[in-house]
Amino acid sequence: MKNRIPVVLLACGSFNPITHMHLRLFEVARDHLHQTGMYQVVEGIISPVNDSYGKKDLVASHHRVAMARLALQTSDWIRVDPWESEQAQWTETVKVLRHHHSELLKSSAQMEDSRKTPSASADSCNLPGIHPCSAVLPELKLLCGADVLKTFHTPNLWKDEHIQEIVEKFGLVCVSRGGHDPKGYILDSPILRQFQHNIHLAREPIQNEISATYVRKALGQGQSVKYLLPDAVIAYIRDHGLYSSDSPWKGKGNAS
Amino acid sequence: TTPGSSEPVTRRAGEEHLQPEPVRPRQPAVQVVGRVHQAEVNHDDTAPMTAMMSECHLDQQLQLVTADTSEKTDPTLYPGKYRVIKGIISPVGDAYRKKGLIPAHHRVIMAELATKNSHWVEVDTWESLQKEWVETVKVLRPGRKRKWAEQNQNSSPKKPQAFKPTGVPRVKLLCGADLLESFSVPNLWKIEDITQIVANYGLICITRAGSDAQKFIYESDVLWRYQSNIHLVDEWITNDISSTKIRRALRRGQSIRYLVPDLVQEYIEKHDLYSSESEDRNVGVILAPLQRNIAEAKHNSSMA
Repeated sequence: MKNRIPVVLLACGSFNPITHMHLRLFEVARDHLHQTGMYQVVEGIISPVNDSYGKKDLVASHHRVAMARLALQTSDWIRVDPWESEQAQWTETVKVLRHHHSELLKSSAQMEDSRKTPSASADSCNLPGIHPCSAVLPELKLLCGADVLKTFHTPNLWKDEHIQEIVEKFGLVCVSRGGHDPKGYILDSPILRQFQHNIHLAREPIQNEISATYVRKALGQGQSVKYLLPDAVIAYIRDHGLYSSDSPWKGKGNAS
Repeated sequence: TTPGSSEPVTRRAGEEHLQPEPVRPRQPAVQVVGRVHQAEVNHDDTAPMTAMMSECHLDQQLQLVTADTSEKTDPTLYPGKYRVIKGIISPVGDAYRKKGLIPAHHRVIMAELATKNSHWVEVDTWESLQKEWVETVKVLRPGRKRKWAEQNQNSSPKKPQAFKPTGVPRVKLLCGADLLESFSVPNLWKIEDITQIVANYGLICITRAGSDAQKFIYESDVLWRYQSNIHLVDEWITNDISSTKIRRALRRGQSIRYLVPDLVQEYIEKHDLYSSESEDRNVGVILAPLQRNIAEAKHNSSMA
């Protein structure tokens, strides 16, 4: 089997709440990278943002992490990581990338160590798709929508040196749909232009505009969000009374 | 094609987008649905009612969007007129002869898997079991309604009903804007059928905000006359998950995860349902309604 570069996809965001659209990002990105023939996506990580990010309507991170976990119950390659949400304060994206990169280094070192003990090696080199006990460290890439790429242009939102580190040292996989021009965003930025070889543009041909904002609004009005999020997440939201307004008919809405 | 033409009507690959696709032919896996069942309440009923909320099935993916068809959002202040008590998915029979249509029993099973966790949406197999293609208006007929009404009385409600529905539940056809617009495809629908559907039953049409549905209604005398029976519901979540794209993704080995219910995706995979071979089914065959309506028109004109 041809040696493909193993890749781990990291998605940062509010996930407030997680929806099928978020999960689609991973599937589309993976298909795209596999299509190039150069990569093998071995893992996906969802990293919900810290509460102190201060975004309006952000429910407590332990809920957002729990909901993501429920949503990923049936996924065999994507997992949620609470590290970012557990930090004392908001952490820049580049630092989250650095953290997960060092985690990959650590587990790779552990694999190396276990290679020296032949009996343990078969189990420990178990990352799917990787030649057993491969010495190749997976490349960690930031997964995002085209709208995030656009925010690189927002003044003062990102530090230039961070943008550079993200695209130079790690790499970006950007999933877009209609209404965005990711190539244009790249060409408009000298830093992005310079490292465009490290920016993978995946296109989602199936428009699916499930915005978490809309979902929160619908929940606040007692409207159904069934089939927009996994059932387990909807049940969690209902059980914990999340995203409800204090409307008198809360709970009498259409059963899912 | 014009009536009397001897050329078979075929849809060449890649030209699907050129004609407005009727909702029913568009998805081989599941009939776009629906017959939404609703109860009409007496005007003097003072019990507060929930606004009509219709969860609409779009394509086989059953991506549901809640549509609040009452203009106000707080139903205690502005009670709606209807209560939706049942949603029915009626997969079309194989005799429809749509290109790419795989056998009905698979499509029925997928619909059942997809609605497994729904308390109110279910699959009706009657249409799929008929040997000949059945016009939509016949699927809506009273005999079927009685069956659904009985079912509703027998099943124990999961939640106490805030009011008692009075009278026989009304059946309405649930669809997307493309079905509405398919009314103008020559020979696809009989004008008397369209009239019956909007006059005696009613249409609930989920449309993308800013679509041409209103214009279409305006330009049709029949639809205009019965416009009070046509409910246009704005879909705020642009949802382009068409069955055609799903089948295309499957042919290309791309993931359809999170676009269809997991159980449906697993079933498709297990039975390897969609391929270029399956997509070629019924190529060169005339769609059943076209065949029937053109033949009847010929017969009628030869009798005249």
